[in-house]
Amino acid sequence: MDHAVAAAKFVANDQRAHWHDQALWFVRQKRDRMANSLPEWETLRDTASAIKAYTVTHLAELLEQFEENATQLGATVHWARNAAEHNEIVHGLLHDHGVKKLVKSKSMLTEECHLNPFLERHGIEVTDTDLGEWLVQLRREPPSHIVMPAIHIKKEEVGELFHNILGTDEGATDPTYLAEAARHALRQKFLEADAGLTGVNFAIAETGGFVVCTNEGNADLGVSLPKLHIASMGIEKLIPQAAHLGVFLRLLARSATGQPITTYSSHFHGPRPGGELHIVLVDNGRSDLLGSDQFRRSLSCIRCGACMNTCPVYRRSGGHTYGTTVPGPIGSILAPARDAKAHHTLPYACSLCGSCTDVCPVKIDLHHQLLSWRKEIGVRGLVPFTKRFSMGIASRVFQHPAIYRMSGWFARKLVPKLPRFLIYNRLNTWGRQRELPDFPKQSFREQYKRRQKK
Amino acid sequence: MSTSRDAILAAIRSKTLEPTPLPTLEQDWIRFDDPIAQFGSVLEFVGGKCVRCESLAAVQETLDTVVECQTAVVRCSTVSGVGRPTLSIDDIDDPHSLDTVDFAVLRGQFAVAENGAVWVTDAGLRHRVPFFLSQHLALIVPSSEVVPNMHEAFQRLTFKDRGFGCFISGPSKTADIEQSLVIGAHGPRSHIVFLVDSIDA
Ligand code: SF4
Repeated sequence: MDHAVAAAKFVANDQRAHWHDQALWFVRQKRDRMANSLPEWETLRDTASAIKAYTVTHLAELLEQFEENATQLGATVHWARNAAEHNEIVHGLLHDHGVKKLVKSKSMLTEECHLNPFLERHGIEVTDTDLGEWLVQLRREPPSHIVMPAIHIKKEEVGELFHNILGTDEGATDPTYLAEAARHALRQKFLEADAGLTGVNFAIAETGGFVVCTNEGNADLGVSLPKLHIASMGIEKLIPQAAHLGVFLRLLARSATGQPITTYSSHFHGPRPGGELHIVLVDNGRSDLLGSDQFRRSLSCIRCGACMNTCPVYRRSGGHTYGTTVPGPIGSILAPARDAKAHHTLPYACSLCGSCTDVCPVKIDLHHQLLSWRKEIGVRGLVPFTKRFSMGIASRVFQHPAIYRMSGWFARKLVPKLPRFLIYNRLNTWGRQRELPDFPKQSFREQYKRRQKK
Repeated sequence: MSTSRDAILAAIRSKTLEPTPLPTLEQDWIRFDDPIAQFGSVLEFVGGKCVRCESLAAVQETLDTVVECQTAVVRCSTVSGVGRPTLSIDDIDDPHSLDTVDFAVLRGQFAVAENGAVWVTDAGLRHRVPFFLSQHLALIVPSSEVVPNMHEAFQRLTFKDRGFGCFISGPSKTADIEQSLVIGAHGPRSHIVFLVDSIDA
């Protein structure tokens, strides 16, 4: 998908684009208030970044340690090289336990693996129980944000959806009323479920346990009632020690939504009495990323979404325009790593303003990586023709002073006299939303020469 | 299964990376002159309520004035003498039947001043679902057990054994509909923490 093409559709509705922009900026401001209230904010970020760097450079040992400790606590650890293996493992477990109904808490990994359609094909009813994720599931669309999956949906649309599905009053738009209706429906789902699946925010190598963070309590409701708990996690979710959670739990919610901590930060160590706990460790391209000096640091991401909330491009184009599970700045780094050809426009969906790098709680050098991707895309010959053509000309012009001077002369003397269609045409994508500035009468060089003569 | 495991570990080990060191966690982390007051104001900010009581008897007196507790039909409690329970969690075989609980009074181990969270565990409890499924929740925590920040919180936690623990900060909530905060998403609609000076009195 071409991001610019998809974004053009989004911005065509000016009012809505503006509303989306404001909604996210509001969250960014909440984050700022939280960050500013802690004098040690930068120390926390440095510490988190160093812990993640340690994790990434000791990943194999930490995974083995985690597996050993988790097994000792009575959990079963599974390994999946890719999405297909992950889905097979999960389906196998559900099948063995005769599970017909599964409740899921938010897990971007299962989105990445497209688990829901896979399980549905096998006749299993899957319910996403995070309210935002349930909304997008009911609308049969992917999340548009990793923390606020339904940030693109208006309350009028929720009202209509619930009127059709839950029979709420027609035209209702009050969020309290609508959330109450969802509460009743979803609590019923929790009570009926045969198994619960959660994502993992942090897994602790030293103890073999893991932490899941939610505001609704949906992860806990999902796994405290049925006997089977499956936890799916990317292999980069590991941290070395439990004490490190202090750092990450302080950063995560403050960065994500501007809360001091999520309402529920649940620590699971082994299955509950009489229950079963299965942990699926998923690679799916992560070990490849590990080998890249340029992009390795993107494995430190704790999926807080702060880089999306602050990104001027994300805010004004919406998550769906990226065409990836993880959108925004971090998504524009991860997606080309998976498939550069399919996602080659994403690193250009960026003004290189660097705001993402400033807010990232684990200090990923996001805008530097985006710039690196642009080079990489050039090297791989994936730059589109119009861009290659104009860049080629620009390069020639800048290499030859005589041509450069002559082009300047043309621009000043001739361009203002040219008919519009010659300047603003298909080749000039830059000129689609922009007007050229008025050219000065004299170049800098000419002015300088005149000054010297005086 | 083991083949995927070996393949993943081999793929990771095939990349030789310069190992980086772990950072120190010994830092000048935030502290508060009055941690209890800080805890109370953060808890209020996240939609909960904090009440300081001298004794468990005083907790009961307060609960008697709390509408959600007064009007509750089904109540459970793990703190003896508090909550006027109508059912005992330990008598229940199937956690699903705890769906009816209107008001639960449960123990918390300690509180965290910086974020209004209380650490709860399922130690000694037959079911952990009342923390999440009850319509309203009250947590009883000794007022001597308020730590300033999460680093000190984790100094108390070792996770040596199997078990479940959770930091709970306020009632269940969602802002998934146009960023409007709604208290009482799927879990408890209200959340009171009682900080009690002398818990055995
Ligand atoms: S890259 Fe950083 S800011 Fe973006 S989601 Fe990941 S951790 Fe958050």
